[in-house]
Amino acid sequence: MITRTRLASGACALLAALTAGLAFPAGAAAGEPTGEDAPKVNLVLDVSGSMRAKDIDGQSRMAAAKQAFNEVLDATPEEVELGIRTLGANYPGDNRKTGCKDTAQLYPVGPLDRTEAKAAVATLTPTGWTPIGPALLQAADDLDGGDGSKRIVLISDGEDTCAPLDPCEVAREIAAKGIGLTIDTLGLVPNTKLRQQLSCIAEATGGTYTSVEHTDELRDRVNQLVDRAADPVVTPVPAEGADRCPDAPTLKSGLYTDREEFGKQRWYRVDVEPGQELRASVSVGADRAVNPSYGVLLRAVTVHGREIVRGEAAGNGRTDTVSTGVRYPKADREDDPTETVCLQVTHSFSAASGVKTTPGLPLELTVDVVDGPSDSDDVASFGLGRGWWLLGVLILTGFLAGLVWGWLSRWRVSVWRTN
Amino acid sequence: MRITRTLTAALLMLGLAAAPALAEDEEPKDGAPTEAGTSFRTATEIEQGQDATASGSAGDYLYWSFPADTGQRPTVKATVKLPETHAAQTWQVDVYDGLRRRQSCQYGAQTRTAAADAPSVEVACVLRTVRSWSEPWANDPLPGTYYIRLTVTNLSTGDLGLPVDASVRVDSKDIGGAAAVDGSLGEPLVPGVAVKSEAEDEDSAVLSSIDPDDGWSSGWWSDRWVWTAVGGLLAALAGIGGYALTRGSGRPTRA
Repeated sequence: MITRTRLASGACALLAALTAGLAFPAGAAAGEPTGEDAPKVNLVLDVSGSMRAKDIDGQSRMAAAKQAFNEVLDATPEEVELGIRTLGANYPGDNRKTGCKDTAQLYPVGPLDRTEAKAAVATLTPTGWTPIGPALLQAADDLDGGDGSKRIVLISDGEDTCAPLDPCEVAREIAAKGIGLTIDTLGLVPNTKLRQQLSCIAEATGGTYTSVEHTDELRDRVNQLVDRAADPVVTPVPAEGADRCPDAPTLKSGLYTDREEFGKQRWYRVDVEPGQELRASVSVGADRAVNPSYGVLLRAVTVHGREIVRGEAAGNGRTDTVSTGVRYPKADREDDPTETVCLQVTHSFSAASGVKTTPGLPLELTVDVVDGPSDSDDVASFGLGRGWWLLGVLILTGFLAGLVWGWLSRWRVSVWRTN
Repeated sequence: MRITRTLTAALLMLGLAAAPALAEDEEPKDGAPTEAGTSFRTATEIEQGQDATASGSAGDYLYWSFPADTGQRPTVKATVKLPETHAAQTWQVDVYDGLRRRQSCQYGAQTRTAAADAPSVEVACVLRTVRSWSEPWANDPLPGTYYIRLTVTNLSTGDLGLPVDASVRVDSKDIGGAAAVDGSLGEPLVPGVAVKSEAEDEDSAVLSSIDPDDGWSSGWWSDRWVWTAVGGLLAALAGIGGYALTRGSGRPTRA
């Protein structure tokens, strides 16, 4: 065991050294981890009239939210830039038009001053309408700039009262526009309609939906979400695939994101040198209500249209994403030129009836071009054998060889003696 | 006499070589993750043998990732503690490899329905044995990162978003030489490995920084070496025996 471990680690060190030496000298590869900018979180709190209802642990929803906010503000990690936006906090009247514009920045997104933020939260009193859609649009604007991770946490106790602007579609458009923006939603003592709306908003951006009935649940969940924002994550690089291979963008190793409409295809190109292996995987996310049968197909094709390898996946039922991948090791023949491999992505999602089909579904593509394609000469490791049959055959052969050798030498001795 | 001793030694060697197959279990370590990711990109990395936990909401997609090396047959087990009152709901665990290809489960209840108000539900997936190499057109499990996705696939709207607690654990059985195939990958199937080798900053985020405790196996060793060597030895001994048979006992008879 020890020998094995040592051998393994030795070989790994060697491998690492080799890789480091061979790592291609290309400058900054696209998709190189960024994350130098501070992660930003915008808490969007519903301060509509219904927040007066006293049904969370015997206190009003507003009081519960304030208490939870105070504790969250205390626990917020240093590196997170936190802001607070309200909706329905200022206009108590009946004019729908004015009520639906009622969203304000309570505390700007930036380095957090806990005392100031808490003081601002303390001033809130339940007042007006529930303009979720407009609030989300503004909240996304608050987070503009920087390429750290961005997160909106929406806390509401009632569904949007400002139709026809569907907050779900607003969320989808925000996600399509900005990179790495996630909206998590929390419903306070929710009814079915609110659940559906808030989970639809979350789904549209890859976020999560939580129902909250107790103050500690609210605090824990918001804390968890803020902490999640602080986790360093690779930010994908936007890429725009083409309809056909010759027009496709050339990608290097990295993580990319794109949008693919229903029934369309996306092409990308990757250069692979002899002796390198291309690894690509693709995930297509279901960010809206889709029909229950779906699939994704990733093909690696030569520039002449010959298929090299394909990855396919299909499924049915509830899902967030469907993904597949391909591997293409290019043989190490020195006189071969660098090959351009075209990657074709298609998916077979179909939008449920009454669901908008634009923008397209989010697509995530990882490309890795690594050194050293692998080859195998035999089914078994080094062509070695194993098992009792092997031993039996070897013993039998050895025995027979011994017999023959013995007889042969006896015969030779007798021939020599007679002469 | 000597033959017997050599044989015994050979058999002993064989036994030693087979031994590693038995003990690979690790003690659960402190500091097991208490969070789960929500996508492939944010999957929480766990070690094999760790009891990772996470709190989430019914309807979340929870992601973890773990390393699996050549010769291992990982078993993923997940338990979900459900709220006190709920309707029947179906939970499912899916395992994906480093290329995000879904991996089949040989055994285990990958999908299970919890009856109404059941306190918890357990799902499990036993993967195929991880091979050191396979053809690019195959979907065989290869050494590298594996992703676990745990989610509810069927639940009533009333249960959407209710708090649940999930725990996962991955253990592996070492299959050993029986699964030792020829060839090895240039790099383990770890997403972002090409970017990682270029990045100079140690702290910067990577897609997967996963690494088994004792590094990736080189794929060089398998107990096939012992079998083959012992086979050769036994063949030699049988050869000597066969030779001795033809000579009878003692000196050759005079012609």
